[in-house]
Amino acid sequence: MACVSADGKPTENGLAMIKAVLDQAKQPEAVAGETGLPLFRVRSGLRELEAAGFVSQTDHGYLATDKGKEIAA
Amino acid sequence: MEEGMERTVSMPRIGEPAPDFEAPTTAGTLRLSDYKGSWLILFSHPADFTPVCTTEFMAFAEIYPQLQERGVELLGLSVDSVTSHIAWLRNIEEKTGVKIPFPIIADLNKTVATAYGMIHPGDSKTETVRCVFIIDPDQIIRCILYYPLSTGRNMQEIIRIIDSLQTVDKHKVATPANWRPGDPVVLPPPQTTEAAEERMKQGYDCVDWYLCRRTL
Repeated sequence: MACVSADGKPTENGLAMIKAVLDQAKQPEAVAGETGLPLFRVRSGLRELEAAGFVSQTDHGYLATDKGKEIAA
Repeated sequence: MEEGMERTVSMPRIGEPAPDFEAPTTAGTLRLSDYKGSWLILFSHPADFTPVCTTEFMAFAEIYPQLQERGVELLGLSVDSVTSHIAWLRNIEEKTGVKIPFPIIADLNKTVATAYGMIHPGDSKTETVRCVFIIDPDQIIRCILYYPLSTGRNMQEIIRIIDSLQTVDKHKVATPANWRPGDPVVLPPPQTTEAAEERMKQGYDCVDWYLCRRTL
């Protein structure tokens, strides 16, 4: 499950992960619980979304960036 | 490397940390650490679009729900490309109706295969043999199985090993030959003469001090 497609947009699962961290920073475990996706997929997916600029890491976990918020709107 | 010298490849061993990796897969780039906290079965197959491997993938897909109930993830590996994996998985689904629900590593440069000792040149110099690595939530290798290219794996034995390992961890016991969940387990052997004497008084089903069974 790549979370970012070739055109640079988040996939359906990628979008679900961005939405899960839209307003509050969360750890991958919490994102997995919220989205119902397996933890290993969430960990790799958040890494991919971070590399694409949709989320960033904070002290409290992953949080959607302005770019992520814009695409999730 | 001097001509004629065999290259020594270190093989992973039971009880040691599983070699870390980051690899392209049919589910994007995955790292071993992505599985931390879950049990993981990392298994290799010789090649896509081959008969025994196809039956194995269908069998792994069939037991996947049972593995998930036990907190176990599956991750396949061969030295084929992601494109080949995708084509093969689509073909399996199209021809048999079986959807393969777990990712497969495309280990084209054999980095992971080498780290895990999956290539046995005596059997094939280019393909991975049928390996199974059972890795626990702390990413320690708990079991290693090797099958030759010609022999498909036994899924029920893989589930049985998972059941045994999880029972062993939970109850600090061991499981005897041909054990199945619900069968009596065996107690680890006493480590002192005093403990051996005590063991015989504790009401277990003992053949002698070193072989005592109990029901969980």
